[in-house]
Amino acid sequence: MLVTEILSSLLLIAGAIFFLAGTVGLLRFPDVYTRLHALTKADNVGLGLVVAGLVLQAESWTVAGKLLLIWLLVLLASASIAHLVAKAARKKGIELWK
Amino acid sequence: MNNIYLYTIVGMGLFTLGLYAVIVHAHLLRKILAINVMGSGVFLVLVALAARNQGTAPDPVPHAMVITGIVVAVSATALALALMLRVRAKTGQAELSEESLE
Amino acid sequence: MTLLQLMFDTLLGFSLLWLAWQALTSPDLFRAIVLFIAFGLLMALTWIRLDAPDVAMAEASIGAGLTGALLLSALARLGSKNGSRAILEKKHQAGSMTENTKNQLPFRLLLMVLLLAVAAGLVYVVLTLPENIPGLGILVEENLESSGVSNPVTAVLLNYRGYDTLLELSVLLLTLLGVWSLGDMTKQHESFPGPVLSTLSRLLVPLLIMAAGYLLWVGAHAPGGAFQAGSLLGAAGVLLLLAGWRPGTRLAGLPLRISLVLGVAAFVAAGMVFILLGRQFLEYPPSFAGVLILLIEAAATLSIGITLAALFLGGRPKFSQPKFSRPKLNQPKSSQPKFRRHK
Repeated sequence: MLVTEILSSLLLIAGAIFFLAGTVGLLRFPDVYTRLHALTKADNVGLGLVVAGLVLQAESWTVAGKLLLIWLLVLLASASIAHLVAKAARKKGIELWK
Repeated sequence: MNNIYLYTIVGMGLFTLGLYAVIVHAHLLRKILAINVMGSGVFLVLVALAARNQGTAPDPVPHAMVITGIVVAVSATALALALMLRVRAKTGQAELSEESLE
Repeated sequence: MTLLQLMFDTLLGFSLLWLAWQALTSPDLFRAIVLFIAFGLLMALTWIRLDAPDVAMAEASIGAGLTGALLLSALARLGSKNGSRAILEKKHQAGSMTENTKNQLPFRLLLMVLLLAVAAGLVYVVLTLPENIPGLGILVEENLESSGVSNPVTAVLLNYRGYDTLLELSVLLLTLLGVWSLGDMTKQHESFPGPVLSTLSRLLVPLLIMAAGYLLWVGAHAPGGAFQAGSLLGAAGVLLLLAGWRPGTRLAGLPLRISLVLGVAAFVAAGMVFILLGRQFLEYPPSFAGVLILLIEAAATLSIGITLAALFLGGRPKFSQPKFSRPKLNQPKSSQPKFRRHK
């Protein structure tokens, strides 16, 4: 019991660190493409770690399954949305940062 | 206990902020945003006060009222946006000024 | 632990105020709308902190999601009218600002004083409210047995305060009629959605419909219900419309109209039947209140979802007059109107 609790907290903290890194990237990177890169990559891993941490605390298999499903859906949505935002930015003529 | 009053005060702050923006800004889209912020402030006060009793589950009646309110707010927003586009098509600008009313 | 929670609440409260301020003052309207969507998501988090998961779901899907989609599409149409994107409102404002620069400063000062008075009055009223008033929570709990459901919020929405929900559905319908009366659907130049968006919509729309059914079912005993489910259906509709799908002319006629009024109609019918049986309007017998609520909610979900999607579409879609070809009504009704690709 104790081991899973410690492991779960470690995973949650690691996830939070990835989110922090993604947010710092969003605020500090120079243009829309690099910001998208920071957000989608770091936040997807961060969410994966948070979900893994929460699965360890889940009461039943159905809860764990729902958590995993949420992660998969976010992966699908964020990958597609990042692509669409980048495409719209290219169409609008926003230059790549050199 | 404390966080209930914290959220009530935030709710009233949002309401006042929205009221200020409704009066000050000329652009209709900004006015619509401001009215939505005012609505959120009212909802926040209602739901925060519903959770005011310690040790018991929060009062479900304000929750139901707020859900109703959210749906009414989105329909009001949709109608307001359609009217804004209409004003824009008629007068060429998306704001209400004295001369555009004539 | 409580100190940590208090810190989190304070941070959340200040973020809400800051985001609202930024959304209402930033000169770029696109930026303002995006900030407003972020504000809606933080509101959803606030509802969770206040123990209101039903409200959180409604806020995240309707307050942030659908309102944001409506605002962004209105902004796009606002910009496309005269070629250039009229996003920067500075230029617009410059004209109206100069007119009343004379009384600008005194006016703003007076406004500030009045608003501070309003805020102080509100704070005074709330802080002098009596503490530990039981409210209606106890009453709801005592009668939960006979309401047919075990989620108190659903019981209030569909049983105790059925009038409110009925009138709310009517408001939604009236809004759509208002929007439709302002004109037909505009012929907007189609941008091709591309493979990613159309694949995404193909994957997500069935999932969204399934999730809506799940929320509808689970609303009887856990957070969820007709409004949350309806907003998911609405989101599915918005996604379809974004991917370039438009209702075909036959579907936009009678089938669309029937599904729009279905929620109100089911509600009123349920009420009237019990008047005929000698009860009050909307007074359900406890023995089958549960089934009845589920049926009304199913009709309401369908109507809410389709109304929200139709609001996103904007004007009234073109439909074929049912003069020569009557739409077949004997087909099994699908739970979602079929959309046909608009050429």
